[in-house]
Amino acid sequence: MNRTTPLHRVHEDLGARMIDFAGWDMPVWYDSAIGEHHAVRTAAGLFDLSHMAELFVTGPQAAAALDRSLLIDATAMPVGRARYSMICNEMGGIIDDLIVYRLGDNEFMVVANASNGPVVFDELVERSASFDAIIDDRTDAFALVAVQGPLAESIVLQLTGPELGELRYYRVAEVELTGEKVSGVTAYAARTGYTGEDGFELFVPAEHGVALWQALSAAGEPEGLVPVGLAARDTLRLEAGMPLYGNELTLETTPFDVGSARLVKPKPDWYVGGSALAAVADEPHDFLVGLHIDGRRPARAGYEVTSNDRVIGVITSGGPSPTLNQNIAIARLDNTPMIGDTVHVDVRGTMTSAIVVELPFYRRPE
Amino acid sequence: MSEIPEHLSYTAEHEWVKLGELTSVGITAFAVEELGEIVFVELPGVGDMVAEGTPCGEVESTKAVSEIYAPMNGEIIEVNELLESSPEILGQDPYGEGWLFKIKTDGGEYALLDAAGYRSLIAN
Repeated sequence: MNRTTPLHRVHEDLGARMIDFAGWDMPVWYDSAIGEHHAVRTAAGLFDLSHMAELFVTGPQAAAALDRSLLIDATAMPVGRARYSMICNEMGGIIDDLIVYRLGDNEFMVVANASNGPVVFDELVERSASFDAIIDDRTDAFALVAVQGPLAESIVLQLTGPELGELRYYRVAEVELTGEKVSGVTAYAARTGYTGEDGFELFVPAEHGVALWQALSAAGEPEGLVPVGLAARDTLRLEAGMPLYGNELTLETTPFDVGSARLVKPKPDWYVGGSALAAVADEPHDFLVGLHIDGRRPARAGYEVTSNDRVIGVITSGGPSPTLNQNIAIARLDNTPMIGDTVHVDVRGTMTSAIVVELPFYRRPE
Repeated sequence: MSEIPEHLSYTAEHEWVKLGELTSVGITAFAVEELGEIVFVELPGVGDMVAEGTPCGEVESTKAVSEIYAPMNGEIIEVNELLESSPEILGQDPYGEGWLFKIKTDGGEYALLDAAGYRSLIAN
C-alpha cells in the first residue's frame, strides 16, 4: 500500500494520472506533461511535493550536529537562510542531496528526497548521538506545496501580503496566511525550487494542505496557474541542469564528480565522509555536462557516450526539452571533451551525434 | 475509460489490429494514455518481414521507450510516414490517423482478443 499525501484526493478529483514514486502514490501528470512544463516557464505551476521528507533537527547543538552530519556550515547560517547540501557516507559517496533551512537558533528543517527520507533520518540520528540535538521526522505532519514560474510571486503574495515579495532566493520565513480557507494558517515560505524559475515552496500543517492548494488555485488560475505533475517536474529540472538523486547523484559518486566541489568543507575530520573526500580532492574526477542530441530520438539515462570510439561516460538523465524543442541529456564524463565538441551516444544501437554544451540548458530571463 | 472500438481485434501488448486483405496495426487508446505525450515513433521498414510477438518498432513518450510488437507474421507493405514528422498524432487519434503500419500476413491463424477480451485485460 503506497503512502499518500494530504492532497491525494485533490489529485484524483483533478483526474491526474497517478504513479508509484518512491513508495508514494503521486501525480505524474494531470492533463499534459508538456503543457504543464510550458505553463511553469510562461506563467506558473502548482506542485504537491508533500512526499519529500521534512526532518527537523532541534536543540542547543542542532547546528553542530548538522555540521558533523552534512556538507554544510550550519553554525554560520543566519536564521532564515536556506542552503543546498549533501549527506555523504564514510567513503564520500552521496547518500542524498538536501536543502537545509534554519528556522531558529536551535531549529533546522532538512528536506530530503522522498526515496531517501528514512535513510537520511537514520543517518542523522546516528551522527547526532553525541550532540544535544533531537531528530524528528515530520514528513507526515506537513503538506508541501510549491508555486513556480514567472507569476509565482504575484500569486503567492495574494495569500501572504506583499512583504514576502522581499524574501530573497534561498531564504525562508514564517508567514501567516490570509484569505478564504487559509486565514490564520502558519506556513514556512521558502524561496526555493527545482524548476529553474522563481517561486516559493510553502510548508503548512498537513490538515491545511487542501485549503492551501485550493486557495492558490483560486488565486492563480486567472493568471494561468496549472497543477503540475512529476513528469514536468523532471523535464523542468533537467533543463535547469539540476541533479536528481538516483540519476546524477548516487552512492558511487562524490560531490566532486557532479560539479559540487564547492560543497566540500575545509575541515575534513569534522564531518562524516570528510576524510575520504579530502583524500580524493586532487585526483581527476568525472564531471557533468549537457548534451544536445541530434535527431528526434531521445537519449535516456544509462546510454554510453563515446568519443573517437572510446567510452568517455554515460548519460545520467535525458529526454525531450519542451522549451528548447530539442532532445537534451546530462552526461557524466571523464575529463576529455570540451564544450562544443561532438561526441556520440549509443541510442539502443544507433550511434547518434551530440554536442557538448554547458549546464544549465535553460536560464530564466532576467 | 479508454475507447475500445468493437470492430477491431487486440493483442495483450496493447495493439489494435484491423484484419483485411492488408492488416492495419496501431496501438490502443489505453496504451497511449499510459505512455503520455509521444515524441518519437520508430516504425519498421516497408518490405521488412516481421514475426509474431517480436519487436518491430518503438514508441517514445516524454518519459520512456516502449516497443511495438508485430501481432502476426508477414511483410510490412505500408507504414504511416506522417508519424515520423508528427508523432503526436498517435496520441490524438490512435485508431485513425495514428495507425502504425499495414501487414500482408502469412495467412496463419492468430489468437487475438476481441473488444470484450481486451477490456477485461486492461481492467485487471
